[in-house]
Amino acid sequence: MNYDMIAIGASWGGLHAIGTLLEGLVSAVDATIVVVQHRGPQSQRGLLELLLQEHVDRRVSEPEDKEPIERSHVYVAPADYHLLVERRHFALSVEERVNYARPSIDVFFQSAAEAYGARAIGIVLTGANVDGAAGLAAIKARGGVAIVQDPGTAARATMPQAAIAATAADAVLPLEEISRFLEGLSSQVSAS
Amino acid sequence: MALPLDGRPELDLEQLEIELLLEAIYRRYGFDFRDYAPASLRRRLHRRMSGERVETVSALQELVLHDPAVMERLLLDLSVNVTAMFRDPSFFHAFRSKVVPLLKTYPFTRVWVAGCSTGEEVYSLAILLVEEGLEERTRVYATDINQAVVDQARLGVFPLEKMQEYTQNYIRAGGMRAFSEYYVARYDGARFARTLVDNVVFAQHNLASDAAFNEFHVVSCRNVMIYFDRPLQEHVHNLFYESLAMFGVLALGQKETIRFSPREESYEGLDLAEKLYRKIR
Repeated sequence: MNYDMIAIGASWGGLHAIGTLLEGLVSAVDATIVVVQHRGPQSQRGLLELLLQEHVDRRVSEPEDKEPIERSHVYVAPADYHLLVERRHFALSVEERVNYARPSIDVFFQSAAEAYGARAIGIVLTGANVDGAAGLAAIKARGGVAIVQDPGTAARATMPQAAIAATAADAVLPLEEISRFLEGLSSQVSAS
Repeated sequence: MALPLDGRPELDLEQLEIELLLEAIYRRYGFDFRDYAPASLRRRLHRRMSGERVETVSALQELVLHDPAVMERLLLDLSVNVTAMFRDPSFFHAFRSKVVPLLKTYPFTRVWVAGCSTGEEVYSLAILLVEEGLEERTRVYATDINQAVVDQARLGVFPLEKMQEYTQNYIRAGGMRAFSEYYVARYDGARFARTLVDNVVFAQHNLASDAAFNEFHVVSCRNVMIYFDRPLQEHVHNLFYESLAMFGVLALGQKETIRFSPREESYEGLDLAEKLYRKIR
């Protein structure tokens, strides 16, 4: 299976977790990466991009409406918008919050499940909320891969626990091992 | 030849149902959502489906075709854009410092708030114009595809529980007074002063199918075109270009851009971070 989309959702404690995960990624993992991190509408513009960029060589940016999607690129869902994905580009929405969040992880994961089917990987990390659980289940239902951070290693266990309860995860792992697991998925592709 | 009766994934089936529904709505009611961006459209349809307690888009189509009340509810789902007063306070800051001085060079100006939804943006702009002493010589046209929404915008009543958030936004946007001066708290919500909209014309207008109707010095259309697909966005960009006076200002949402539009070359950035553009050719 060739994976085109790695969707990462995080809330409380997410910045550190996402940074660690991205830092461990080898360049063979060349899918598009989208980070949905909960944050307030007034969070400083561009700050999350900047902080994540310190961890990775690949380009990190916030997509604009209808921006074409590129591989090996890290996209960060902008504050106060829901991020969605369509055939070859991103789309945005300012619909009401989902699970008290905008951006919502469920909204992005569900649209990724619809657009990418079995070529999507969803990863739910730390958080004190249940957002991401339904979205991860949607990715799994369409044949994609569901990965959850081991709740025992998460800054907040609620979100990974909710995700584990919602779907049969393919892997429940500490952060460092998630990076290796992704590498394994990518090398299966090159070997096959 | 055998028909591939079970060969298509479920997703394609729903996509087909959605296309049929949109065609049906267009032919039965004249509203054209065929060029809306598919991902958020699908979400909104699913919301209406659970509201009507039906499992499939086809079942929703049956209701919509036979019961105009269902169409009315669906129209609200499809056309109401959730927004906030003084959303993106830095935008209003930039409007004060960069657009207001331009407006002051004219004896009279026209501003178009396109896709005004329930009016939050209109009242925010109206307050700004009052504070800049421009309300007497500015006419604001506030339009939306949905007449019910336009009527609601005209009323100027917003939920009381939002006032704390809006007050914060207002202060960050460079507001000059106490925000509470502009509204009265009533049982049904915060009623904004009628005088704010003395020079506002509320009207129904469809960006997808209606023509330009005036010449404007400012067109503000923030977070409306995100629901359109690229061809419809291009159509609307052409409409705005035709509607703007030379050196008129186009205001878009924080994450919208004219980069992918056919009119990119016709504008220069007035404040690129705040998505304020000026028509220069």
